[in-house]
Amino acid sequence: MNLTEPVEQDLVVRNTTRPAWAVLGERALEILICLCGISAIIFVLGIFFFVFKEAFPVLANPKFSLRQFLFSDQWYPTSELHKRYGVLAMIAGTFSVTALAMAIAVPFGLGGAIYISEFCGAKTKETLKIVIELLAAIPSVVWGFIGLTVLSRLIVRWTGAPVGVNILNGGIILALMSVPIIVSIGEDALKAVPDSYREAALALGATRWQQVRHVLLPAARTGLLAAVLLGVGRAIGETMAVLMATGHAVHIPHSILDSVRTLTANIAAELGEASAHSTHYQVLFLIGILLFLMTFAVNLAADLIVRGVRRK
Amino acid sequence: MFAETPQVRRKLRQEAVAKWVLSAMAASMIIPLLLIVGYVVIRAWPSLSLGFLVEMPTNNMRDGGVWPALIGTIYLVVLSLAVSAPIGVLAAVYLNEYARDNWLNRLINMAVINLAGVPSIVHALFGLGAFVYAARFGYSIISASLTLAVMTLPVIIASTREALASVPRSFREACWNVGATRWQTIRAVVLPNSISGILTGLILQVSRAAGETAPIMFTGAVFFKSIPRGTPLPYGLHESCMALSMHLFTLATQVPDVKESVPFATALVLLASVLLVNAAAISLRVFLRSRKRW
Repeated sequence: MNLTEPVEQDLVVRNTTRPAWAVLGERALEILICLCGISAIIFVLGIFFFVFKEAFPVLANPKFSLRQFLFSDQWYPTSELHKRYGVLAMIAGTFSVTALAMAIAVPFGLGGAIYISEFCGAKTKETLKIVIELLAAIPSVVWGFIGLTVLSRLIVRWTGAPVGVNILNGGIILALMSVPIIVSIGEDALKAVPDSYREAALALGATRWQQVRHVLLPAARTGLLAAVLLGVGRAIGETMAVLMATGHAVHIPHSILDSVRTLTANIAAELGEASAHSTHYQVLFLIGILLFLMTFAVNLAADLIVRGVRRK
Repeated sequence: MFAETPQVRRKLRQEAVAKWVLSAMAASMIIPLLLIVGYVVIRAWPSLSLGFLVEMPTNNMRDGGVWPALIGTIYLVVLSLAVSAPIGVLAAVYLNEYARDNWLNRLINMAVINLAGVPSIVHALFGLGAFVYAARFGYSIISASLTLAVMTLPVIIASTREALASVPRSFREACWNVGATRWQTIRAVVLPNSISGILTGLILQVSRAAGETAPIMFTGAVFFKSIPRGTPLPYGLHESCMALSMHLFTLATQVPDVKESVPFATALVLLASVLLVNAAAISLRVFLRSRKRW
């Protein structure tokens, strides 16, 4: 008996009996799916376009100088005679709070990632990962509220600072908020190191710590860097927590106990007061563009690093 | 037995110290979570009752409950997910099942990653420029939900992709081999086998959307709004609304002489709903993973 012929006939018959609407419907659905995929690009361009559209008039305004915007620390948007739109003090605020947050979060985050990935048992690992997920889920406004009501009082009591809402407060809060992301991405980076590396180190008689220090950390270096960069991106972009926890002084900070205002907090604090389409309002959108570009650069760098690792 | 050389002793000592320090660092993540939840519960205690959830704020928001804010948050979460869930899931299906490795899809991937990194206040500016002004939705629930939807989209795409990618390729190949088209394979094999992972990702976004403040602050959430009692749908879509996260911000920074336990109780309602939703998603995931057979 010839086996191939009937089967082929069967296939041909089935293909021709599939109704036209089913084929067309499937085609339409696939086009819809493709459009949804492309929507991500549309949204990124849309965000840039609409924020830029609102900010554009101020760039065209001859009285506005981009140099003053970037390099002056004088921010007097509502003054009658002496209007100044300089965001240097807020850039300094953003950087000081982010730097402090990272100084706390990076050692703890990477230490936590190493512990979870290399030192603890399966049960502890599961528990810790759940805790990290819950920690990451706490809304930023709740973090800000904790900073404003609890941490600020502790800071005043411990350091004798006149106000409790300052760089230290914001830094601690931001550190707690960015630790989860550093831990989870860092753990992924360590997990990506092949087991043969670990086995080779064990065979040489290395302890776990020696294995981590001399084998895993160098091997996972780029992935860990990406984890830190994503933490930085999160800290720069965070709004509500720093709005509530860092105070509202627009000046270049001199000590860790100074109040500052970050770029994000400045937009959140003043957008409600600025009358629509005024110069003040347009400058706030320009700050938005600045933030968009900053986080874009940080995230792109992290992405390129991660992809470089994967290719290797 | 061999005697321990000083070198070996040193290495074992280092090992012990490293293990101790690292476990302390890991433990330092549990402690803040417990401290925060515990402290908020203690401070909120005098205001806690079921009535707090269903009462209007009274005495210029210095006392009373959170009913309009709770309802507003539910509105925003449901509407934003109704928009972002289908788009996000289909986008993930495209990226995981259809996309070849070409420049367009690399661009899409890059866009998703950068969309996830856009600061929430920039999303607020976008929502204000695009939905409130350009689309003329005004200061409304629609504008706020759409802004939230754009914000949650990249995370939904990422979690759905992960769920789709966990379905073994051999399942798809088996289905193609019996003559199914790509879409038939997705519908009959890929989606049923990954639906639990997709759902977990969506549930997690419920909690994220509920907690966000900055994106809704300038697009549709207001300090105070009185709503009629006794109707199940008190807000119209073109109205502004209150929201829990915004309410907490207002109580903490804008209202003088507020009764002390009220903001803590509001924080607790927000914190509890977010953590409970997360815990539900995590247990769903653990349960379904234990039933997985491949």
